[in-house]
Amino acid sequence: MLKIKDLHVSVQGKEIINGLNLEVNKGEVHAIMGPNGTGKSTLASVIAGNESYEVTQGEISYNGKNLLELSIEDRAREGIFLGFQYPVEIPGVSMTNFMRTALDEIREYRGQEPLSAAAFLKYMKEKKALVEMNAKLNNRSVNEGFSGGEKKKNEIFQMAMLEPKLAILDETDSGLDIDALRIVANGVTKLKSPENATIVITHYQRLLDYIVPDFVHVMYDGKIVKTGDKSLALKLEEKGYDWIKEELKAK
Amino acid sequence: MSKNKTEIAPQLKEDLLHQFEATIDSFEAKESPFFVEKRKKAYEEFKLLGFPDNTLESWRKTNLKPFLERAYDIEYLPAKTTSPKESIFQCDINQFDTDLYTMLNGEWIEGANGVTTYDNGTIVANLSIAKLAFPDLFKAHYGECVINERNGLIALNSALYQEGYFIYVPDNVEHNTNLQMVNIINSEQSIFTNTRNLVILGKNAKLKLVHCDDSINNNSSFINNVTEICLQEGADLDLYKLQNKDDEAIVMTSTFIRQAKDSNLSSNTIVLNGGLIRNDTHVSLNGRGANADVMGLYLVDRKQIVDNHVYISHNVSNCSSKQVFKGIVDDQAHSIFNGHTMVKQDAQQTIAFQNNNNIQLTTKSKIDTHPFLEIYADDVKCSHGATVGQLDMEAMFYLMQRGICERNARMLLMSAFVRQIINEIALPTMRASVDELVQKRLKGELSACEQCSIQCIDPDKPIHFDIDISKI
Repeated sequence: MLKIKDLHVSVQGKEIINGLNLEVNKGEVHAIMGPNGTGKSTLASVIAGNESYEVTQGEISYNGKNLLELSIEDRAREGIFLGFQYPVEIPGVSMTNFMRTALDEIREYRGQEPLSAAAFLKYMKEKKALVEMNAKLNNRSVNEGFSGGEKKKNEIFQMAMLEPKLAILDETDSGLDIDALRIVANGVTKLKSPENATIVITHYQRLLDYIVPDFVHVMYDGKIVKTGDKSLALKLEEKGYDWIKEELKAK
Repeated sequence: MSKNKTEIAPQLKEDLLHQFEATIDSFEAKESPFFVEKRKKAYEEFKLLGFPDNTLESWRKTNLKPFLERAYDIEYLPAKTTSPKESIFQCDINQFDTDLYTMLNGEWIEGANGVTTYDNGTIVANLSIAKLAFPDLFKAHYGECVINERNGLIALNSALYQEGYFIYVPDNVEHNTNLQMVNIINSEQSIFTNTRNLVILGKNAKLKLVHCDDSINNNSSFINNVTEICLQEGADLDLYKLQNKDDEAIVMTSTFIRQAKDSNLSSNTIVLNGGLIRNDTHVSLNGRGANADVMGLYLVDRKQIVDNHVYISHNVSNCSSKQVFKGIVDDQAHSIFNGHTMVKQDAQQTIAFQNNNNIQLTTKSKIDTHPFLEIYADDVKCSHGATVGQLDMEAMFYLMQRGICERNARMLLMSAFVRQIINEIALPTMRASVDELVQKRLKGELSACEQCSIQCIDPDKPIHFDIDISKI
């Protein structure tokens, strides 16, 4: 599904990712862990198409297409979803209007008829139940005045609405209490299918108790330096990152 | 002001003074000495003041010179109107429930041609007839607006005005039909008109009034409008002004509102299109407990200029006022906001608030904003603020990451920005209609053929290709 080869990314002349390789297939869950400032969020932003980052070298292919040639919105319409670490507040744009516009455009791109207003509202209601969102969401402005937990739940709700093929969740667990974490993680698990894939960026093994990864990658200094199964996450939780740094020095 | 300064548009001024001298006999024949004396006084004032120029503080940012030095037909008579009356009215705004009164090129064509009296005693009439029919109301309320050196346009209007509307709502009457006064320009000539309106709300009277300035063709025109509004004790007026003019149209409106004890004004000015639009709003809060909310929205692009000047004077204690203006400025357009709240020495316990927010879409557009408080009392709550910014790029990325194209993402953010002002419109049908118009305007679908630089409507008009010297 997603193939990243020798990716180099700079922001304002400073190289953040240097020579990253990653392959994600459908049905898989990948966790990316690593110390702060090693390029995890940058990787998520680059896949989503954020223009603040410059890809200086390497390639990303997505379902056989050159991802780097697609616009931000076309990547989304092709099924890439980014769960933001810091969801943006947009006063004056209602959740209903936002989701309706997005869904209409995605459906048009895929050659589907737009949903009728009634069908749309029914669909929205179903998806809200999935993430245990309260009923007053519809007329509220996007993320405006939402608590930290509500913002993250709202990300999962949008993911449920748009049914992406590749979801990248950038520290969706940070700032959540145990109950919110469980709701968010359950939402992600329910949305999982053999046809889609998930990349979870996290600092904590705790989330991975709920969203069980097939692969755990450790990012350090702009590349993936170690890959393992879920036991790697447990080891990181226990020992921290120093042993990985030591291993790298030894090479 | 230096006596030696060169006046702007001296020829037009001269022509207008001659026009007055040629018309004064006919004014004397039709009007009582009360009006004629006021005209003569205003004539002298205009002679002294001339047109306002850039040396005056309140006209520093808006240069009238190029607009006044066009050739205007000041002797224009309505009889010259050539368009059939049935086909000229194409108002997009009139989809809401109002009683419609229409003026074409400064002359009444629809609604009250004469005096309309409602069952509840409310009167709507054209000004020329009302002057004769209701001399006492005029003596009490007409011509109370201040003429000073800042505005020769008001003096000019007071000397030469011909027509306009008159509205009177008696004491304790809540007028339940909304009145819509439409002022359309559609002329082959480049006309210069002085229109004059008077609105009086008696004690505890209520009215919702919609004032529209529209134009249809692309000839240049100059409207110099003065509206006087008197709100007596406990009166309540919702005033909506909608301006959708073509790119060559110049509209100057000066609105003077005097408010007595416990009266309430809610004014909302929405500028969708126009060549040069200047709205001066003067509010005098003269009785305790009076409140004035003066709001506005402007959407300008190409080379349009919109200038909103608001002056609110708190003359007594315990009054409140609010000024909220928002604008989106595109291409090489220029917007000016000047909000001045004056709190006089005796106006203790005043609550006054000003805010102006702008989105600047291009580097060539220009935004001037000047919120200003002048306070002589010591027990007041006043605040002011202004912002000029671009669309939030983080929000753009967020929307586009959900599959929304750039154009729609911009639309969503721009409509969200203007929604605050539209939501203040108290008439639900009008709110929906204005919302739709604003959406159309933001999408560039309103006045579509004016968006085009070729202007095939008027093939004789030269096409200007502008060169940005800074880029050479």
